[in-house]
Amino acid sequence: MGSHAAGGSQAPPTATAGGGETQRTHVAFIFYPSIGIVVFAFDKFINSHGLLMLLFHTNRYPYVTGTSVIALKYKDGVIMACDTGASYGSTLRYKSVERIKAVGKHSLIGASGEFSDFQEILRYLDELTLSDHMWDDGNSLGPKEIHSYLTRVMYNRRNKFDPLWNSLVLGGVKKGPKGDEKYLGMVNMIGTHFEENHVATGFGNHLAIPILRAEWREDMSFEEAVKLVEKCLLVLLYRDRSSINKFQIAKITTEGSTIYPPYSLKTYWGFSHFENPAQGAVGSW
Amino acid sequence: MARFDPYENNGGTCVAVAGADYCVVAADTRLSVGYSILSRDHSKIAQLADKCVLASSGFQGDIKALQKNLAAKELIYEHNHNKKMSCPAMAQLLSNTLYYKRFFPYYAFNVLGGLDSEGKGCVFTYDAVGSYERTGYSAQGTGSTLMMPVLDNQLKSPSPLLLPARVSSSSLEFELFNPLMVVFLTPLSESEAVDLVKDVFASATERDIYTGDRLEIVVINSSGTQREYIELRKD
Repeated sequence: MGSHAAGGSQAPPTATAGGGETQRTHVAFIFYPSIGIVVFAFDKFINSHGLLMLLFHTNRYPYVTGTSVIALKYKDGVIMACDTGASYGSTLRYKSVERIKAVGKHSLIGASGEFSDFQEILRYLDELTLSDHMWDDGNSLGPKEIHSYLTRVMYNRRNKFDPLWNSLVLGGVKKGPKGDEKYLGMVNMIGTHFEENHVATGFGNHLAIPILRAEWREDMSFEEAVKLVEKCLLVLLYRDRSSINKFQIAKITTEGSTIYPPYSLKTYWGFSHFENPAQGAVGSW
Repeated sequence: MARFDPYENNGGTCVAVAGADYCVVAADTRLSVGYSILSRDHSKIAQLADKCVLASSGFQGDIKALQKNLAAKELIYEHNHNKKMSCPAMAQLLSNTLYYKRFFPYYAFNVLGGLDSEGKGCVFTYDAVGSYERTGYSAQGTGSTLMMPVLDNQLKSPSPLLLPARVSSSSLEFELFNPLMVVFLTPLSESEAVDLVKDVFASATERDIYTGDRLEIVVINSSGTQREYIELRKD
């Protein structure tokens, strides 16, 4: 029964002759509750993480999350848009967050999901683009390569049971053997990936993709593409509760990437039912 | 809150039919998640060697990783042996690769098709952890339960009263190691087999929500590999 620190407030047991019993009970007051606390904490850990997770550091829940990102190919390249909000559960915690960033000379990345994981991914991409630049061989990573890299990163983290809790959209244009090749792809947190003419993450998958599938055409002009994107963003604004009325549109062409300053969309709330919501109601409810 | 699930089923069906001197491998091109369609134009077929084609359905992340893995091992084999891998060799490699992850499996249901070293069509069918067998035809994936009965009916035997059809000249080693096994090589011609595959996909598309959009058909024969695309119902 050596001394130990857990109790803290109690005085350490003194070795008085003939006080053996008291000494033991003093220690017991410190020792057993401390064991209890340790067991309690351990039990909580197990219940929230699972036995297997003792071995793996795991990110079970996202905390600060961004909502949908939508993107589509148009005549000159790829257009990507999302709102600038990041929620902390049901609280709209951050309202000026940039969820679309340029990567290298040829690509744009947009992310929904855990924002800190997106920042981590941007760090990985920084390292990647830096080492690519240091090769100094005149070659630069195109969107296809970056998409492939991100897919491997997401899949490998999923294999370690420690996912990066994001859905990523990767778009870009790069000169290829057949001229300017536009590319648009998506990866989710467990590594599912694909390439398409238009993609959307999160709620966008349910609300924006039907619109894009009906109205997207090959070789849209920039103005047409923005109109289509704004149509989707408006639907998301009305129907996705974690969406805010502050959007950023970004485009990428062979000339480079442009992330436009944030702006708001005009919404209409003048429905008669909204104007007097209690009209048909009985009582105060 | 929902706990993290490392798997998801992206749906789809794969089929392969072996003939006397050809092999048909086909898969739909729909990629789904839950009740959503992610893409209508996503291939599940990978050409691993010039006479060997793999079609897989299941979790797409694992499928791509598995196909990449096998393609890399095939390249190493080519460097070591100065020839491309044969289909039966790839069949064994695929089985081993799947079993290697026995305790965190590749959620991939595979069908390997191609020509064996004698130029006869061969089909190998797998489960997620690597148990496999050589057959004359197989279907795997969400629509497989709808397709297999039809394939059995059309390809297995002209009549249940007759003894099962035997191949006129099966490979010697195959008979030595599998004396009791009967290989059902379809008597159909190549175009008849392709038509059968199209019919069977059209049927599965009607009832399986994960199968549809487009059908990719790959035919391997002595003149190489041909690809064909057929539209399927998009609902």
